[in-house]
Amino acid sequence: MVDHTHQDIDAATGTPTTGHEWDGIKELNTPLPRWWLWLFYACIVWAFGYWIFYPAIPLPGGHTPGILGWTSRGAVNADVQDLVRQRAEFVSKIEKASLQEISADPKLAEFARAYGRSAFGNNCAPCHGSGGQGAVGYPNLAGDRWLWGGSLDQIAATITHGARSGDPEGHDPTGAAGMPAWSKMGLSSQQIEEVAAYVASLVNPTNADVSAGQKIFAENCAACHGENAKGNAEMGAPDLTSKSKWLYGSDKATIVETVANGRAGQMPAWGAKLDPATIKSLAIFVHSLGGGK
Amino acid sequence: MSLWSKHAIFEKNSLVLLIGILIVVAIGGLVEIGPLFYLKSTIETVEGVRPYTPLELAGRNIYVREGCYLCHSQMIRSLRDEVERYGHYSVAAESKYDHPFQWGSKRTGPDIARIGGKYSDDWQRGHLNNPRSVVPGSVMPRYGFLENAPLDFTHIQDDMKVLRIEGVPYSDDMIAKAKDDLKAQLGDETTVADLAKRYPKVVGHVSNGANGPTEQDALVAYLQMLGTTVDFKLYNEKANWR
Repeated sequence: MVDHTHQDIDAATGTPTTGHEWDGIKELNTPLPRWWLWLFYACIVWAFGYWIFYPAIPLPGGHTPGILGWTSRGAVNADVQDLVRQRAEFVSKIEKASLQEISADPKLAEFARAYGRSAFGNNCAPCHGSGGQGAVGYPNLAGDRWLWGGSLDQIAATITHGARSGDPEGHDPTGAAGMPAWSKMGLSSQQIEEVAAYVASLVNPTNADVSAGQKIFAENCAACHGENAKGNAEMGAPDLTSKSKWLYGSDKATIVETVANGRAGQMPAWGAKLDPATIKSLAIFVHSLGGGK
Repeated sequence: MSLWSKHAIFEKNSLVLLIGILIVVAIGGLVEIGPLFYLKSTIETVEGVRPYTPLELAGRNIYVREGCYLCHSQMIRSLRDEVERYGHYSVAAESKYDHPFQWGSKRTGPDIARIGGKYSDDWQRGHLNNPRSVVPGSVMPRYGFLENAPLDFTHIQDDMKVLRIEGVPYSDDMIAKAKDDLKAQLGDETTVADLAKRYPKVVGHVSNGANGPTEQDALVAYLQMLGTTVDFKLYNEKANWR
């Protein structure tokens, strides 16, 4: 118990004691360092500042807003608006210009590529790779093979509406135009082997006789892939004569699998997630990766 | 001085001290927690939030079981870089049917509060089987064992009943149809359209299981719905600033 009436001075140190005593042992009342004490008081004053300037005290009808009117949501909105202002000069131009006009204007195209690159890293790289190189099942955007067309407008349309994405304006919205599973469409496994041998020979010429497969191709596959197997971007049918990396692989075993079981890769529709300037910039960036037409 | 001398009562009687501590702590608790129940800004509602479908709920249970929350948060903070990367900051009402919520506080992987629909189902499956197949630098473990693991949903109705006690508005109808609904989400357009009557904005998926739903089906259904139910274009941001 503190006894404030009798200051008891410890003989050995000359320091007052608190008056507490346990079995003859007394507690020294060493004063706090002055710098610490003043810092402590300063912190209390600072806390009062918070009460005044920032939202602080809950009251029955709400909370005190503070004279600065600060809110965490208002703050992030202001930050984002600030960013929008910084980009406004170029973004407003990109919104108004056509893709062709953007790529013709070096400064604007440079901004669009940089803007597109950051959006690509966030949204597209998980499937298409950080350099647009693609992966098995995910198209290479740096090559010259395009499922749905490689012009600026075609790329922008594919990004906006996707493919088999559920977006009615996207490519193949019903999924009917995907590669069918030919094992369920009347081709025997013998026929599938033959047509796969023919398709494989388009990129890896062989001396073996592939005429049987060629005939099957003409009857079944040419409708989408074309007589010359050059593909058709309207149908999302790839060029089968291209030597660049194939979506699922160009070895015969993989082709057999593709023909037998079909393929129907999906591309999400980004129109609802990304604003038009971002999509245009992405199209410019993707087009610049090396394969744009 | 006389008040100071009363201090001895607390110091010499442990029970009195205990009661005194309880009162002081309760004041702190009431001041901090009490207002959360009546301040308008903390009990806002947003349109579109709906209870999980049975399949999504089963997927969520797997998400919790595998401890995904240890590396992935589901809370986009109100900071510029987060809003730029992940989308609109999260609001509390979005996880009002989460018991327990999966906000997380550790991000070894990215935030996934709005991952739904961002990538295709194929991507999600390939990524779960081997994250390195699509993200070369990823440190995420493989979850390939989910691919063919049959989904055990014998207790899905019990799960829903417990959640109802906790305030999730599952109707008797929803609970009664739970097992059929779970399969319906992996069915065709007709079954998914019927499911959408009870669970708006539901998205159907194609099962990869030969003999019924797999754990991967459920997890993919859950991941693909995260952040998809609220349309932030309809959200009055300014009315809820705080």
